[in-house]
Amino acid sequence: MKPFDYARAGDVAEASRHTAKGATVIAGGTNLLDLMKLQVMTPSALVDITRTGLDGIEESNGGLRIGTLVTNSDLAVHPIVRKSYPVLSRALLSGATGQLRNKATTGGNLLQRTRCPYFYDTAAACNKREPGTGCAALEGRNRVCGILGTSPHCIATHPSDMAVAMMALGAQVEIEGLNGTRAVPLDDFYRLPGDTPHIETCLEEGDVITHVTLPAPPEGTQGYVKVRDRASYAFALVSVAAIVRFDGGRVVSGRLAFGGLAPRPWRTDAVDAVLEGKSPLDAAEAAADALLSEAEGHGDNDFKILLARRTLRRAMRELSESQA
Amino acid sequence: MDVTLSINGTDHRLDLDPRVTVLDALRHHLGLTGTKKGCDHGQCGACTVLLNGRRVNSCLTLAVMHDGDEITTIESLGSPDALNPLQDAFVRNDGFQCGYCTPGQIMSATAMLQEAEDGWPSYISRSLETDPDLTDEEIAERMSGNLCRCSAYPRIRQAIAEVRDARGMAAE
Repeated sequence: MKPFDYARAGDVAEASRHTAKGATVIAGGTNLLDLMKLQVMTPSALVDITRTGLDGIEESNGGLRIGTLVTNSDLAVHPIVRKSYPVLSRALLSGATGQLRNKATTGGNLLQRTRCPYFYDTAAACNKREPGTGCAALEGRNRVCGILGTSPHCIATHPSDMAVAMMALGAQVEIEGLNGTRAVPLDDFYRLPGDTPHIETCLEEGDVITHVTLPAPPEGTQGYVKVRDRASYAFALVSVAAIVRFDGGRVVSGRLAFGGLAPRPWRTDAVDAVLEGKSPLDAAEAAADALLSEAEGHGDNDFKILLARRTLRRAMRELSESQA
Repeated sequence: MDVTLSINGTDHRLDLDPRVTVLDALRHHLGLTGTKKGCDHGQCGACTVLLNGRRVNSCLTLAVMHDGDEITTIESLGSPDALNPLQDAFVRNDGFQCGYCTPGQIMSATAMLQEAEDGWPSYISRSLETDPDLTDEEIAERMSGNLCRCSAYPRIRQAIAEVRDARGMAAE
């Protein structure tokens, strides 16, 4: 690792002052230290926020308010999450390993970096790692890369499972910055790559994520289906977080979010809008049509277009069977 | 930077570069070489220790972040004359070949059994709300953060299942 200055923040305001001067926040460290060892990320200063006390889960406005330091394990096994937000519990448990989930935090999971192999390879061109150098994935081994929301400058995907479930649930991110606090819907938190793929979120210098809030538990059946290269400890090739209300064998309404397909956890109102009134399998086909109409494969990852459709079918079938 | 780590019940005061991981503090600064360095990137699990009772990859955390925290390593479990139940089960079931991943496997299994006893579900648990049955498939899922390049997985699973049974934990 390159040398860095280390500071431990006693509260968020102190952490904010450090990030305003360019420091990188560290909490669980499971992704950041990996990238620092490889010199993919070389922060000159780290500010440790693990002693700021933001590790609680509280009921708030009928929903949940989750401290940024809550570990993936603690969130996944929290009684209210297991009972009322099972899509989130399943998504978290589908990710990483027991050891990593014990360390990885809620805020850090939102901010984890892509697993595009060219982002990790410091000898390769990568506009996300080193702006202006190009994108080796476009013509390279891109089977893990995206088919939606990509740009000619970057086709990397966002790797989180947790964020996909939170997107389906309509989560908000609470941020404390130099000018006070604000809440941003997760839908608006992530940016598409365009010609600045190194800028991934709406966070600015001085900003620190303090909480993620979930609205009141939604009506309907929840599920998370993840397809990957191994049965465990692998990132999603395609994942679907689904919250669907059924009545008499028909879909009343639903909220779908997708992982493994795009530079951000992917969700659109247009996809959700086509579900209403259809049988589960018709709804899955219509949603796949709406989702994939502008999907673009890049060679190795062409299979994701069909895989996304099939994963949607499976998610809808499993949800409709589980509530029958 | 000064940091005090409580390792296996004993406080150790160290002056460390911020770059030193918990793993390197254990091995290089304290001579506790039972904890192994495999990939050094959180992929293999050879470096698993308990941090305040929870299993973590010691290679992926900085020692200076853990002032006052309690770290438990393989050195605290049993002794050659009095193996702890998991160590004993790994020996009797041939739960290893080269043995390099074994300390991490045993530390991970120690915490994994506790997680299951605490009612934690896994991704493959049928229900998220009822206490999990620690089937052999559940053991495999919950131990997926520990790789064994010799591929002794069937015997590792068997050794852990034996301890599960001895503790009277539900298996189906």
